[in-house]
Amino acid sequence: MRAAPRTALATPGTRAPLDVAAIRREFPVLAQTVRGKPLTYLDNAASSQRPQVVIDSISRYYETTHANVHRGVHTLSQQATDLFEGAREKVRRFVNARSTKEIVFVRGTTEAVNLVAQSYARPRLGPGDEILISWLEHHANIVPWQMVCEQTGATLKVIPINLAGEVDCDAFEHLLSPRTRLLALTHVSNALGTIVPVEYFVRAARARGIPVLLDGAQAVPHLKVDLQALDCDFYCFSGHKMCGPTGIGILYGREALLREMPPWQGGGDMILAVSFTRTIYNELPYKFEAGTPHIAGAIGLGAAVDYLEALGLDRIAAAEHALLDYATRQLSAIPGLRFIGTAREKAAVASFTIENIHPHDLGTILDHEGVAIRTGHHCAMPVMDFFGVPATARASFAFYNTRDEVDRLVAALQVAREMLG
Amino acid sequence: MDLKDLYRDVIVDHNRNPRNFRAMPDADRHADGYNPLCGDKLTVYVKLDGDRISDVSFHGSGCAISVASASLLTESIKGRTVPEAERLFKSMHDLLTRDDVAVDLPSLGKLGALSGVREFPARVKCASLCWHTLDAALHQQDEPVKTE
Repeated sequence: MRAAPRTALATPGTRAPLDVAAIRREFPVLAQTVRGKPLTYLDNAASSQRPQVVIDSISRYYETTHANVHRGVHTLSQQATDLFEGAREKVRRFVNARSTKEIVFVRGTTEAVNLVAQSYARPRLGPGDEILISWLEHHANIVPWQMVCEQTGATLKVIPINLAGEVDCDAFEHLLSPRTRLLALTHVSNALGTIVPVEYFVRAARARGIPVLLDGAQAVPHLKVDLQALDCDFYCFSGHKMCGPTGIGILYGREALLREMPPWQGGGDMILAVSFTRTIYNELPYKFEAGTPHIAGAIGLGAAVDYLEALGLDRIAAAEHALLDYATRQLSAIPGLRFIGTAREKAAVASFTIENIHPHDLGTILDHEGVAIRTGHHCAMPVMDFFGVPATARASFAFYNTRDEVDRLVAALQVAREMLG
Repeated sequence: MDLKDLYRDVIVDHNRNPRNFRAMPDADRHADGYNPLCGDKLTVYVKLDGDRISDVSFHGSGCAISVASASLLTESIKGRTVPEAERLFKSMHDLLTRDDVAVDLPSLGKLGALSGVREFPARVKCASLCWHTLDAALHQQDEPVKTE
């Protein structure tokens, strides 16, 4: 049932660069025109596209195997359960967690953070306690903590960033206090692309007994994540940013912590026995998976993991890095262009403004040239406030993007300058 | 549909050189408008002489469509009565959002340059923000206007 991904280009062990032309043929969505121009999809930080093997894994599941999981003794239910649990094991291996008990299927990063906020933080925190986040965070790693602070009387503290968009390590050390109860930090900034040296932050926090949650939504698709080496307590990511389906994501939690946490939602699948006087909760990770899960989503995510592993995260990172270098050089030549976020370590994100042209106008004009980028605050309004801009234009690259596409982006920006600059 | 339908010369001009672009400390009425989608933020100021709009201005930041629309708004309603401005608001709303209503374009004057916006659904709110904000100012609403 679990066929290996039908990809001809990935031969693990070989270190040849990725064959991007062949890879592009595996992504049906890329082979289209938008407004008469070839689609140039540079909005991967918002959501990546899916290769045919992922799409096929989902339709094959619905065509041949669908039934509810963890329930029936009938053949389809067992096959569906095998596929679903097989996907969990693939994810565990992909991020090198110790056990599948630590891999909880959720809707996405946002739900994962909310689960930890409500199930881990809320019962433990009280007035005077502190939660530490950084200025770089996506709203999904701000608002759930603000809600917990309102509920418990705890205080939210924010680690500042510097003008390059890097988290200020000295300020972090000063903000750590005996009342710090949790550090919640992004691994890679969605708005700027900054790669945060999370190893340092995890070490420093855990040395003081402070648990750490990392938002890995932008990291997992682009760099190798080893959770045992990283040694954080919680790690959250989404399927749809890593060539998988929407509506599926992962909460990794250290088993000892997950064990102590109460369930977040009640219902079927998360119980062992129910009576009107007493309910016995299920084992990990099922305690946190009430109701029929997104089975096809998990299977699709498993297929995406297979696909990325076959390509190799090291080769993906190398290809994206080379593309970012090229894009940075080409964009730098555009008069009036200002990069927002110039961290030394960056994922393949170019966030920028152009003098006298609002990012929203850039978005419309680029769309007419077939170029899809994100314009706006990127769900990171504090980052925009920090740089004193209402919004930025953001081109975010994936391993299937090409230099030609960077050139089309640059040409489209020139059109915008001629029109409005 | 051509980009030039959206970014017509009049709009490009009013974006580069917005008219009546200033805060008005002695305004009789003012209101704030905010479009969270693209971060457009503007304040519309109105001075009234009876029910006649004797002066109007705006201030803030936004995309070309929102700035040009606000600039055109100030030019088109200065000297008009409040009911006349409200009728214009209704016509602009129809122009921007409805393809089943025939709007008398000549009666709109330069505002007609915004007719291309209807073909760009993601940008309609940019063009209408200033009108909703004016409406709030005329009705003394305290809550900032939001497009979302």
